[in-house]
Amino acid sequence: MKVLMFGWEFPPHISGGLGTACYRMTEALVKRNVNILFVVPKKYQDTAQNGSHIIGADCTDVHIGDIDKTKEIFKTVQQSLNLSFIQVNSLLVPYIGQRDYYNITNRSFEELKGHYARDFHNSVSMYRRFDFSGGYTENLMEEVDKYAVVAAQIAKENDFDVIHCHDWLTYKAGIIAKQISGKPLIVHVHATEYDRSGENVNSRVYDIEKAGMDNADRIVTVSNYTKRIAVKRYFQPADKITTVYNGIDYGGNMLQKKKNPFNKKIVTFLGRVTFQKGPDYFIEAADKVLKKDKNIIFVIAGSGDMLNRMVALVARKRISQNFFFTGFLRNKEVDEMFAMSDVYVMPSVSEPFGISPLEAMRDGVPTIISKQSGVSEIVSYALKVDFWDIDAMADAIYGLTHYKALSNMIVANAGREIRKITWDKAAEELEQIYSKLC
Amino acid sequence: MKSICFYFQVHQPFRLRPYKFFEIGKRHNYYDDVQNAWLCRRIADKCYLPANATFLNLIHKYGQQVRIAYSITGTAMEQFARYTPEVIDSFKRLVDTGCVELLGETYMHSLAALKSKEEFREQVKMHSDLMKEVFGVTPRVFRNTELIYSDGIGRIVHDLGFKGQLMEGAKQVLGWRSPNFVYEHRDKNGLRLLMKNFRLSDDIAFRFSQQSWSEWPLTADKFADWIHELQDTECVNLFMDYETFGEHQWKETGIFDFLNAMPEEIFKKGDINFLTPGEIITTYQPKEPIACEYPVSWADEERDLSAWLGNDLQDDAFEQIYSLEQQVKATGNEDLISVWRHLQTSDNFYYMCTKWFSDGDVHKYFNHYNTPYEAYINYMNILSDFRLTLN
Repeated sequence: MKVLMFGWEFPPHISGGLGTACYRMTEALVKRNVNILFVVPKKYQDTAQNGSHIIGADCTDVHIGDIDKTKEIFKTVQQSLNLSFIQVNSLLVPYIGQRDYYNITNRSFEELKGHYARDFHNSVSMYRRFDFSGGYTENLMEEVDKYAVVAAQIAKENDFDVIHCHDWLTYKAGIIAKQISGKPLIVHVHATEYDRSGENVNSRVYDIEKAGMDNADRIVTVSNYTKRIAVKRYFQPADKITTVYNGIDYGGNMLQKKKNPFNKKIVTFLGRVTFQKGPDYFIEAADKVLKKDKNIIFVIAGSGDMLNRMVALVARKRISQNFFFTGFLRNKEVDEMFAMSDVYVMPSVSEPFGISPLEAMRDGVPTIISKQSGVSEIVSYALKVDFWDIDAMADAIYGLTHYKALSNMIVANAGREIRKITWDKAAEELEQIYSKLC
Repeated sequence: MKSICFYFQVHQPFRLRPYKFFEIGKRHNYYDDVQNAWLCRRIADKCYLPANATFLNLIHKYGQQVRIAYSITGTAMEQFARYTPEVIDSFKRLVDTGCVELLGETYMHSLAALKSKEEFREQVKMHSDLMKEVFGVTPRVFRNTELIYSDGIGRIVHDLGFKGQLMEGAKQVLGWRSPNFVYEHRDKNGLRLLMKNFRLSDDIAFRFSQQSWSEWPLTADKFADWIHELQDTECVNLFMDYETFGEHQWKETGIFDFLNAMPEEIFKKGDINFLTPGEIITTYQPKEPIACEYPVSWADEERDLSAWLGNDLQDDAFEQIYSLEQQVKATGNEDLISVWRHLQTSDNFYYMCTKWFSDGDVHKYFNHYNTPYEAYINYMNILSDFRLTLN
């Protein structure tokens, strides 16, 4: 079994959970003798090794003529899909000098082709490489299209049995690869635009997501929660979708608990401070708890576009004596934060899966999670509340910080429970899906 | 005869270092020593030393006719002593000429006047003691942090024995009246008020090098003409940051040449002299009592407190630092009291200002934090550590 996999990030150059999930997933698949060709936009010298064959889109030569072919293929696809594929023209960033670059950027695509065709006879290569930032920059849409162009080339050059792509950034690549190779396509939905933006979806992203799902032979969602979104919002037939839960690495030892300098209980929110993660509900709940008990410290660990507003909210509520912001935390600091924490809260408004509560459970921290999360489907030993129910959240926080019997029971059982949530299990289920398609 | 009253504000805050959540309870050093040392050195070389040398030369050249006033904050003095002691020596030489008056202010350049009468009195006294100890003079005229003044503050200042106080010639206070006279406290208690002429002060402090300004370039003879032509004028109060010379207006703008040429151009007119604030209030009679119920300052377009207080971040931090007053003082521990006082320095609240749109540029210039939120978080982390130490 050989899988052509498209991802956007791979450790250690990650900004969210997707990179780690891809790494662990492919690692577990490789153990089962599945061959993985993993394509990332940008390959670094220190990109992690786990037995997958990593291909950097930025290191792949693309024939100038193929760019046109890719466009043609996409045109046939897009007619039914309301998709645009217009950006690549202006985005050629081949390895050329500055003056040539100026010439190129000031010419139309047609002209440009002619230019290079002439160059070709002068023995200048007709193969081009594209530059990728590999991040999430303002040029994201352009990079997504470039990535698809390169994907076409990779699909042509390699042998594989099935295509598997992760989240919307790679869906265009997946669609192209399918068109070129005729192999079945799996789109793996780790998150949707509805999770990230609520009702205010970016329609360009939505269109790509929907096209990906429409063109897929199989859709994999990370939870039934996400499956329902795929059905309801993207109009996919439920029987085309399989839920495969993510895994969690069981480290073996629980973190050594650390005393905190405040001599108070610490309740932690750890994650991006964005709409999706519900930091405002955390603050509202904290405010309620602090009215009852001032011996609790709340921490928001993370950064994001809502951070400043959250800081101002805490200042306005005059609870800053008991409320702290750490900013973005690195790995070691995350461990330190968990080691200091007495309760972990994930109040996400919409969370397709939610790996960090599992990490908290692994590290012996009793956890409160919102019902609007995938992870709530697979754990029993966590308190579950609706993200908007700040009274229930406050109750749960108060309970876990005051009733030892409750927190002890949860910690002991959660530790056992999460050992069953493994990447091996996820890989086994994925392999079954591959087999059925081939 | 009319008089020019030059007053310069000399202040350097102790900038706080980036202090992370994980350090709370572990590390108790709060200052960015490297940055403070570097900035103090830079400003000493660019401004304090050359500006002091310029004035000393002018005094040697024109003798007692050159009169100027300074207020130097305690936090600036502490940093000079630590990083650039020659700055203190050069101020001493200036004071020793007898041409220089030193004004009183709060030691910490704090906003204590707005929150705690007792703390305000103590900081003013600390500052007076410091001036006495280092320069051998006791200030008789007061200038509060950022020229913040209100009737209430004036009463305390009067109680403390000061004969006069400097304030902003703010329109909301003066109305139709001219800043170019001496006024007095509304209680007619003897406290004289000197109003900053903000137009002429800002011509030097802000507009001097602004090439888009219709009067650019500003020369000493042009400036002397303006003063000469002023009608109904007894005193022209030119109050500004000392860092105007060499730091806000770089040496290359010609600001020092402007200073050097000024006395001669002024004396040429024959009807203008220089006086210090203390001399102004004994030379000219007060015109009228001034009522000022709400505090005014010399900052920004509003001339109010909104650079330091008013948004949630500032108000929360401000309330919290002063809420510790009784507890801190009850310890009787000099070190704790000193740390607490240093955290009162008004710059800490200035960094949390969110008025980015009108005066944001000026704010940003003086701000080593990326955002006011960052400034707040950092300050509160330090305050939390301090509170733990206190308990």
